[in-house]
Amino acid sequence: MSIGHYLVLSGLLFSIGAAGVFLRRNLITLLLSVEIMLNAVNLAFVAFGRQLGTVDGQIITFFVMTVAAAEAAVGLALVIGLFRHRESLNPEAFTSLKW
Amino acid sequence: MLALIPLLPFAGFLVNAGVGRRLPKAVTGGLASAVMVISFLLAVLQVWSLAALPPESRQINQTLFTWITAGDFSLDLALRLDALSAVMILVITGIGSLIHIYSTSYMHEESDEAFARFFSYLNLFCFFMLMLVLGSNVLVMFVGWEGVGLCSYLLIGFYYEKQAAQDAAKKAFVVNRIGDFAFILGALLLVVTFNSLDFTTIALAAKEMPVETAFGTLSLITLLLFIGATGKSAQIPLYTWLPDAMEGPTPVSALIHAATMVTAGVYMIGRNAVLFEHAPITMTIVAVVGAATALMAGTIGLVQNDIKRVLAYSTVSQLGYMFLAMGMGAFGAGIFHLMTHAFFKACLFLGSGAVIHALHGEQDIRKMGGLKKHIPITYWTFVIAAIAISGVPFLSGFFSKDEILFETFLHGSQVLWAVGVLTSLLTATYMFRLVHLTFHGEERFGAAAAHAHGHDDHGAPAHGHAAHDAHGHAHAHGGAHLHDAPAPMAFALIVLAIGSILAGYTNIPHALGGHLALGTWLEPAFQATNCGQPVAVGDLAGIALADCLPGEGANVEDHAALELTLMAVSSLVAFAGIGLATFLWLKRKDIPAQMASQFSGVHKVLLNKYYVDEVYDATIVQPIKVVSQDGLWRGFDVKVVDGAVNGAGYFVSGVSIILRLLQNGSVKTYAAAIFAGAVSILAYYFWR
Repeated sequence: MSIGHYLVLSGLLFSIGAAGVFLRRNLITLLLSVEIMLNAVNLAFVAFGRQLGTVDGQIITFFVMTVAAAEAAVGLALVIGLFRHRESLNPEAFTSLKW
Repeated sequence: MLALIPLLPFAGFLVNAGVGRRLPKAVTGGLASAVMVISFLLAVLQVWSLAALPPESRQINQTLFTWITAGDFSLDLALRLDALSAVMILVITGIGSLIHIYSTSYMHEESDEAFARFFSYLNLFCFFMLMLVLGSNVLVMFVGWEGVGLCSYLLIGFYYEKQAAQDAAKKAFVVNRIGDFAFILGALLLVVTFNSLDFTTIALAAKEMPVETAFGTLSLITLLLFIGATGKSAQIPLYTWLPDAMEGPTPVSALIHAATMVTAGVYMIGRNAVLFEHAPITMTIVAVVGAATALMAGTIGLVQNDIKRVLAYSTVSQLGYMFLAMGMGAFGAGIFHLMTHAFFKACLFLGSGAVIHALHGEQDIRKMGGLKKHIPITYWTFVIAAIAISGVPFLSGFFSKDEILFETFLHGSQVLWAVGVLTSLLTATYMFRLVHLTFHGEERFGAAAAHAHGHDDHGAPAHGHAAHDAHGHAHAHGGAHLHDAPAPMAFALIVLAIGSILAGYTNIPHALGGHLALGTWLEPAFQATNCGQPVAVGDLAGIALADCLPGEGANVEDHAALELTLMAVSSLVAFAGIGLATFLWLKRKDIPAQMASQFSGVHKVLLNKYYVDEVYDATIVQPIKVVSQDGLWRGFDVKVVDGAVNGAGYFVSGVSIILRLLQNGSVKTYAAAIFAGAVSILAYYFWR
């Protein structure tokens, strides 16, 4: 298994995540898609760490996972707050913060 | 020691400006006078020790600190006492002391605050004036030069509640700025040319340069410096501020506008004598401007009716004499006249102050007359000074004026000599017109003196008769009660009158068996000597040594006959002028009125001072006003500067009307934008 395989998988996962962010109309799905993108990047980091024989990639991955957990907690709290406010999870319903 | 001479008046200024308003007048006035008297005694001591040195190396230097260092250019804040500045500091501190003493009495009716303010300004002026004459380089001189201008402004505008005083102060300041600008240019050109501002270094370097027969750098430098001098010393074309400066209190007129500050230009030329000698073109200009100013101011003085204005034009005229002497290369004669003039003109001004004091503020000589028996001390001192300035033999003015006329005749042209003699006639005439109208004849004051602010019918409405000091018009009674000068004023008058007689005997010409003592004393100051002083420029050291050898004395003995003839001529002229004035304004008083109506055109032109103020107003002041208001203010400032600032604002808000539509509140759009941005940055690095 060369590094190329890992990177292709990582790229595919990232694209799926990005597509999810743009195409889905549910805020919770949006958060899940973001998590997929983060994990795609994690995969790439671990793969590069293995390739280069260092632990740097794994360390960064742990950081990303920690931040992602925090982000998911804050994001879900916000989503709950928003839902109470508008009775909707469609991001297009929350556009009052503009010019 | 040397630095104490200017620093004492400065200390007096600090005290009086700081806490003077809370002190009684006896303390403020006493302190201000005491520092001046001590300063005078120190000056005498210093000059005494200077005189003990051999003539070729008469210099006392004191470097206070290094002021400016920039590359290979460096400048010290240094003081230098030599033969020339010795004369100046004696005049400044000596006459300055007398005027301070006089002022303690003259200004006594002012409030404590105004009294302290007056003396603080006066002390500050003396400090700057002493810095001006003691500075060993152009920049220290310039600091003093600007400082005395500032004090002149403050003191002319001393009665700042009065519009005329404010206007006169501003006029003096602005006109002086024009001259000062040229002075700065001259100083900068000196730096460029000599890489030094030290007077001795410049003189030594200039000595090695050829005399400029064509207009060159030295001519330009000296011309610029001379323009500065025309501002400070009230010469054509910048003399118009001096007559208006009479708005200030009379002691100020005596100290600043007669004895000291206005002679700064003459001193400056004397200080740079070597430089000017190498620029004969400038010298000619100096002489011609001086002679023209002397004549023009003399003719104006003949018809003015304000006692102080007559003296003001007389001052302008006498300054013209000094510049004539400087332009002729007779530096010693110019400084000699400066010194004698300081005595008799200060005496005349203080005398006029005593007259104004006695008449409770009246300044119009048509409302005086017959004061002789009421105020005898003032009368006699005034007459002595008037005789001295007229050039009657064996008083100081005779010696100094003859010295100038003789040198002019000898080195220069007979035309300039004739102008000088004519001015001499005018001087004697207008001086004795003043004496007769003020002190002789019938008494014309009476009720007029009671309401001090007199009528204004002398043709200059803008600055007419509100022109006198707002002094002592608390007294409402008529002219019956006239008091002569109180003791401090009388003391100053008497000392100055004695000086007006004796000052001339410091410089008795060879033709009268004298030795031109003052001229000989001053001579080394006008040469480029540097004995015993290490020069910064190495290759000049040899020259300095050569200068230390005693030079040959002036050889004017062979011209004794000529000098005696010229003396006889100018003495006759002086007597003729006095006789003419006596005839016209005492014996046949109908003639001047007749002449005035017969030659009403000429009379009107003279009364209105050749309309120079009006011409300047029309040709310079108004165009500048129009350009400033319509062009620079309403045109450039409002349209271009404000337009650029406001335009930038309008442009930003106009563009943002469209751009802010991008902020549509949709999270997905923002995410898409971030994604697109990241992708395009990656793409840029990928395909670069």
